[in-house]
Amino acid sequence: MAGYLFISPWIVGFLVFMLGAMVYSLVISFSRYNLATNVAKPAGTTNYALLFDDPKVAASLANTLFYAVMAVPLEICVALGLALLLNQVGRGAGFFRTVYYLPKMTPSVATAAVFLLLLNGNTGAINQALRFFGITGPQWLIDPAWVKPSIVLMTLWGVSGTMVIFLAALKSVPKDLYEVAALDGAGPVRKFFSITVPMISGAIFFNVIVLTIAALQVFDQAYLLFWRDQTSTSPEASLFYGIYLFQQAFREFNFGFASAMAWVLFVLILLISLLQVRIGNKFVYYEGEKR
Amino acid sequence: MATTRTQAAGVEPRTDTRPADEPPRPRRKRLSPRSKAGRVLLWSLLTLFSAAFLYPLVWLIAASLKPRGEVFDNSLIPRTFSPQNYIQVWEQLPLVSWVTNSFLIAVLAATLVTISSAMVAFGFAYFRFPGRNFLFGLVLATMMLPGAVTMVPQYLIWKNLGVLGTWIPLFGMNLFGSAFYIFLQRQFFLGLPRELFEAARIDGASYFGLFRRIALPLSIPSLVVIFIFEFQASWNNLQSALIYLNAGSVEGFTAPLGIAYAMTKYSPTNGGQGDYQFVMVATLLITLPMLILFAFGQRHFIEGVATEGRKG
Repeated sequence: MAGYLFISPWIVGFLVFMLGAMVYSLVISFSRYNLATNVAKPAGTTNYALLFDDPKVAASLANTLFYAVMAVPLEICVALGLALLLNQVGRGAGFFRTVYYLPKMTPSVATAAVFLLLLNGNTGAINQALRFFGITGPQWLIDPAWVKPSIVLMTLWGVSGTMVIFLAALKSVPKDLYEVAALDGAGPVRKFFSITVPMISGAIFFNVIVLTIAALQVFDQAYLLFWRDQTSTSPEASLFYGIYLFQQAFREFNFGFASAMAWVLFVLILLISLLQVRIGNKFVYYEGEKR
Repeated sequence: MATTRTQAAGVEPRTDTRPADEPPRPRRKRLSPRSKAGRVLLWSLLTLFSAAFLYPLVWLIAASLKPRGEVFDNSLIPRTFSPQNYIQVWEQLPLVSWVTNSFLIAVLAATLVTISSAMVAFGFAYFRFPGRNFLFGLVLATMMLPGAVTMVPQYLIWKNLGVLGTWIPLFGMNLFGSAFYIFLQRQFFLGLPRELFEAARIDGASYFGLFRRIALPLSIPSLVVIFIFEFQASWNNLQSALIYLNAGSVEGFTAPLGIAYAMTKYSPTNGGQGDYQFVMVATLLITLPMLILFAFGQRHFIEGVATEGRKG
């Protein structure tokens, strides 16, 4: 069948690099894997036991969840706020959309290199600005309490991808709904919660799921700011799950342990996504047929 | 099909509910804020946010033009102009090799993923075969597969294939198509009139001929979208470079890995001299291609991302 022939690249890729990789990873996670000899000796649940005993795993997981709980709602609110603003302007919206999108084009290393200096507690521009308003800014990159907000701030700078998805959703809300609501005397707040939010609930739902999965894997910014040369100033607070997994795999070469960590993360992401889908199904409104 | 044409009749005002499709751009009716004060507030907010989003980039440009002692001074106009940074940086860092490596890898990655995704998409769009919908569902499902989970086993697979130390792990996955691009391209193929293919079939074209001579030439616009999306993803990719290239020579780094290396090299805590202006120049030079790419493909980027949200 010619159809199968055309999709065969994907089937091979799926079988080897996704399904195969997952199974391989599961096997390794139950083994003592030696990179030099490439031999995986069965080791039962040793890696999982080690994982539960390692306080760094628990700490990194707590950090990651804390970060996600802080980052995702903020990203949703800021992105939605910006999209609402842009949706109010007719001409000129294109210009602002372009400007807002530029950070999204900036490589993560570039963002990190700049924010490393902007967030400097003593000379950084952000604290300088705060000082102007009489506020003494925190030691963003040193104080354990401010390490995660720093990364959230950098993530928010690149929030425009989410914003664009909201903007597209806002544009597809039928205008007549607002006209009818206005006739019924609904104010802007009422219109927002009774029309806008339900009508774009599909986009909100999608963004929440995608941003959560991304937040649980946060890596680039944390690595560049804190773990680039293993001299993190607040090792506890900046150790995210993705960082620890990476270190265990590619610095310590504990592939069994790292695979066990990866599977725990996979199950966790799956559970969180399923929970979100369950909650989402109650609230998400799909217009007519599902697109 | 017919529903999208309804507005062509256009005699009646649109009292009926519009079809669920995205409304065509030109007939957007604005719910503009009525009051003048509202307008002023709106435009000030938009401008304020523009400043916030632009500031780090403007800061970067300024810092790249400052001498060593002034890089941290936050002034947006350098007090001492130091354009020689742009000359010295080439001696300080192997920027030419980094950019060349990144560019070649990005071109390879983008070309491969564009062709393979288009091929798979054509299989899903044109043919009917048992299990098609299930398999396509699987394609969409893999989009949710976290990269952190397959990172370790994929490394081991490449190791077993004996290609560690080459560039293959950095673009090899792209031979097999990528879920989001397959989705995008399938949508595009579904929009092509089927009669075109039927006619070519009657003329004796093979299935591969249909793909190569009809489907591909007609989808240049969407192929370009996939290409620039993947080019950007590859150009910015730090993690793969860390896994596969970090152990090699500094000349073999990609641009993001190189910048990470330079950040450490000049960091005073690492015995560097704090010559951060070089990091800033290098950073600006590797960001610039992305901004240029965006200038040319702006609409594609934004619409591509918006599409991503619509499949949910």
